[in-house]
Amino acid sequence: MNTVPITLRVNGRPVAASVTPNRPLVEVLRDEGRSMDVKVGCGEGVCGTCTVLLDGDPINSCLVFAVQADGAEITTVQGLTDPDEGLHPLKRAFAEHGAAQCGFCTPGMVLTAEWHLRRKRGASRDEIREWLKGNLCRCTGYTKIVDAIESYDRQMEESDV
Amino acid sequence: MSETLAAPRQEQRSRRDELHRDFVEKVSGSLRYADDWSMPGMLHGVVVRATLPSARIVSIDTEQARLFPGVRAVLTAADVPHNVASEDPSGLGNDSVVMPVLAVDRVRYDGEPLALVAAETQEAAEAAAQLVVVDLEEIPGVFSVEAAMAPGAPAVHANGNEFVQWHVGRGDPDTAMEQAHLIVDETYHTQHVDHAYLEPESGIGWIDTDGVLTLRVSTQVIEHARELADILQLPQSKVRVIATFMGGGFGGKEDMTVEPHVALLAWKTQMPVRMVWSRQESLLARQKRHPLTMRYRTGVDASGRILAQDITIYGNAGAYPMLSARVLFASAAHACGPYQVEDVRIRSHAIFTNTVPTSAFRGFGAMQVVFAHEQQIEHIAERLGLPADQVRRINFVSRGVRRPSGETLDTEVSVEDCLDQVRSTLNSVPAAANGVRIGRGVACNMHPYGRNVFIADRASAWMGFEPDGTLVIRCGVTDLGAGQAASLVQIASEILGTTVGRTTVHIGDSALNPLAGGTFASRQLYMSGNAVEQVARELRDLLAPVAAGLLGTAIDELVWVDDTVSPRTRPDSKLELGELVRHAEGMGVMPYAHSTYHAETGSFDPKTGTGRTAPDYTYGAHGVEVEVDEATGLVKVLRYVACHDVGRIISRNRVEGQIQGAVAQGVGYALSEDILIEDGSNTTTLFANYLMPTAPQLPDIETIVLERHLGKGPLGARGIGEPPIGPVASAIASAIHDAVGVRLATLPMTPERVRGAIRANASTNATHTDEAAVR
Repeated sequence: MNTVPITLRVNGRPVAASVTPNRPLVEVLRDEGRSMDVKVGCGEGVCGTCTVLLDGDPINSCLVFAVQADGAEITTVQGLTDPDEGLHPLKRAFAEHGAAQCGFCTPGMVLTAEWHLRRKRGASRDEIREWLKGNLCRCTGYTKIVDAIESYDRQMEESDV
Repeated sequence: MSETLAAPRQEQRSRRDELHRDFVEKVSGSLRYADDWSMPGMLHGVVVRATLPSARIVSIDTEQARLFPGVRAVLTAADVPHNVASEDPSGLGNDSVVMPVLAVDRVRYDGEPLALVAAETQEAAEAAAQLVVVDLEEIPGVFSVEAAMAPGAPAVHANGNEFVQWHVGRGDPDTAMEQAHLIVDETYHTQHVDHAYLEPESGIGWIDTDGVLTLRVSTQVIEHARELADILQLPQSKVRVIATFMGGGFGGKEDMTVEPHVALLAWKTQMPVRMVWSRQESLLARQKRHPLTMRYRTGVDASGRILAQDITIYGNAGAYPMLSARVLFASAAHACGPYQVEDVRIRSHAIFTNTVPTSAFRGFGAMQVVFAHEQQIEHIAERLGLPADQVRRINFVSRGVRRPSGETLDTEVSVEDCLDQVRSTLNSVPAAANGVRIGRGVACNMHPYGRNVFIADRASAWMGFEPDGTLVIRCGVTDLGAGQAASLVQIASEILGTTVGRTTVHIGDSALNPLAGGTFASRQLYMSGNAVEQVARELRDLLAPVAAGLLGTAIDELVWVDDTVSPRTRPDSKLELGELVRHAEGMGVMPYAHSTYHAETGSFDPKTGTGRTAPDYTYGAHGVEVEVDEATGLVKVLRYVACHDVGRIISRNRVEGQIQGAVAQGVGYALSEDILIEDGSNTTTLFANYLMPTAPQLPDIETIVLERHLGKGPLGARGIGEPPIGPVASAIASAIHDAVGVRLATLPMTPERVRGAIRANASTNATHTDEAAVR
C-alpha cells in the first residue's frame, strides 16, 4: 500500500509520519508520536482507553485513521497540565480519591471528564456517569471516579468565588 | 461513604492515604505498562491459532511464512525444547495432564496456539501468520459437560473426561436428611466470563547480560521464571521475569499468557521480541471462569435450621487443566457458605470439554457457590414462610464452629454484624416508588484469603536504610492496581515511622527481589504484608538499642514517627533516622534485614474429605435494590451496599475500591456478561458483544468497612480482593424475585431470561386461575 505524508501536533509538539491510509491514529500517536499515555484496550472503539482530544473534542483514536488527523491538534492526558501546580488538579483529585486503581482507563477518563467540566458545571452524579459511558473501567466500579470529578467541580466552584 | 467500628489505635498515620508514587504516575499518564516499552531491534511476535475446536493436526507448513520479508522465526511444537506450558499442580498429587505451549498432534479448543511468528514489524508478523498452512482433520469433540459425561463420549485426554473429583464432608448426611422437615433440591447454572482487564496481555523478552533471558511482562506471578526455564531447558537461574504494573489482572494473568511465546521467540532469534494480544484473541482463547452446575439438596427442620447438605458440583474445565483442580476444590470446600452443618457431603468434579480452558478468576470457585448457597436459604425461607434473614441467623457459623471439612473457625466471625449493617443501611432509605417494579435482596458470604494451608505458603522481604535515613524495601510482589506496592510502604511506616516520600519499594523482579509468591488468592496483603511487618520489626529491633543509647532512654519508650525517633516523655528530642543509621553502622550494626513469613500449615485428606483448607476467611453481606422492567426484562441496579470485616484497614481508599470494583464485576456476572460458545466455537470475541457494566449502569456502591482486628494478615488485616465478588449475583436474584416474583437459577439474568421467567410465571398463574374458575 502507498503511504501518505501527514503532520499533526501532539500536545503542541509537531509530529510527522508517512502512513498507509488504513493506519489508525492511535498507532501514530504511540509510535511516531511517542505518546504512550494513549492506550490500546480493544481496538474497536468500545473501551475508551485510546481517548484523545482531536481539535478539542474527544474521539476514540483507534477508530480514526491517521490520515483523517492530518493537520489536527491532538491533546493527550499528558497535555493536561496546570501551570501553577504541575499536577493538574483534576488528576490530583483522581489520585486522592482512589479513582485510579490499575490506571489503564485513567487517561481516557480524565480527558473525557475535563472536556465535559469545561462545558457544564454543577452536574449531578448521574449526569457525570452519563459523560463516562464511553470509558470502561474494570477496577473501580466508577464510584470513586465520580467522587473525584464531583470534588474537582466543587473545588473549581470555590476558587471561582 | 463508610463507617468503621475501630478500637482506639496509637498510630494514626496509616489512616492518611499518602499518595504513593505509582498512583501519581497513573493519573499523570506517565506510568509505563508492559507495551509502553521498546528496545532497539525489537521484533514483533504473533501467535497462529487453531480455528476448529477439535481436530487432528495433519500438518503445519511454515515454508511460505518463513520466506515472507522481515520474518526472523516461525516456530512449531518441534521447536519447543520442553513443550509443557502447564502440568496440573493440584497440590494433592493427582494424575497430571499436560498443556503444551504449542499443540503437537491435536487441537483441543478453538484458538489453541499452533505456531509462533517473529518479524521486524507487526504487519509482517501478522501477514506471515496468515501464510502458515495448517491442515486440520476435524474430529468429534464434546462441547458441554453433559456431552463430555455421556457414555462413549469422545475423550479430550487419554484418561477420560473427568479430570478430578473432590470430596469434602463428614457425618451422615443421608440419615440426617431423612429427619428433615423440608428438603430443598435445586440446581444452579453459571456461565463462562472473561476477566476483560483493559490492558491486553503484553510483554517483551530479550537476552540480557550474562545470558539471562529476561522478560518484562504484565503478569501476576514472577515465579513463572522457573517454568520458562524448564520450557527452554535452561538453568532456572538463567531466566528473569520482571512484572510491570498491570492494567488489571483478576486472575487472568495468574497463569502464563504471552510469557512462553515471547521467551521462545527471543531465545530462538537472540533478539528482543515484543508480543501483545489483540482483544479478539484474548476473548477467544485466554482462560475464563469455570461455569459451574451446582445441585444442592438441603434438609432443614421446621425452624429452618440446616440438618444436612448434599451437594454436587460440575465444573467445565475446558480443554486443559490449568488451575481447574484447585478451583473445584475451592468450590467444594466453601460450598456451604457461612452456615453450620454437621452432616454434609460435597462432591465437585472438573470435566474436560473441547472449549476454552478455564482457570483462575477472582473468587476462584468459591464465588460461584455463593449464588447457590444464598438462593438455597431464600428457597428454604419461602417454603417455610419465614423471613430469609431469620433462617440465616439461625444457621450462621461463629468462632469455634466446625466447617464441613471438620476444621474449626479460629478467628472472629462477623457475618451477622455485616448483615445487620446492610439491613439498617438499606432500610434507612425507603424504596424507590416510580411506578415500576422495585425489589430488594441481600446475600452473605465467607470467602477464604490466603492459599490452602497444605501448600505451605511463604513470602520474603528485605528492608534496609540508606545512610541518609531513606528506606528501601525489596519484595517480589506484583501489583495489579490494588496498591500491592503501596501497602508495603504503609505497613513499614506503621512500624518504623518512615514517610511515603522517603521510602522506595522495589517489586516484581525475580532476579532482584526476595520472592513473595504471586498476587492471587487474596493472599498478597496477608503474606507479603506479614513479611514486611515481620522484617520491619526485626529492623527496628536491630536499631532500637542504638537509638535508646543515643537518646538516653529505654527501648520501649521510643516513638518512631515522621522519619525520627524520640523518647515518649521528651518528644522534642528528635533523632533523625539518618543519624541513627549512620551511628548504627559505625557500631557495626548493619541497618538491614531479610525475613520470610511462613503461613500456618496443615493437611487435607482427599479420601475422607476432611482436614484443613484456607487459613482464614473474610465475612460479608451485601444488599441491593433493583428496578425490573416487566416488558423488557431489563434490571437496573438502583442502590448497592456492601459490608465486609477487613480486620484492619491499611488504606481506606484501596479497601473501598476493592469492594466497589468487585461488586461491579459481580453485577456484570449477574446480569449481562456471557462468553457464548456454540458447538465449541467461541462467538463472543468483541467488547461489543461482551457486556460489562458502564458508568450509567451502576449506582454509587456504598461500602461499610468493619475492623475487628483479628485477621491473620499484617496488623490484624484480612484479604479483601476476592470476597466482595461473591454475594452480588444472589443479592440481585433475590431482589428480582422481590420485585416481580420470579427466581432465576441460571446466570446471567439477562433481559431475555427475566422476561421469559415473568411470562412463564404469568401463564402459570393464569392457568391456575382458569382451573379455579372451571372448578
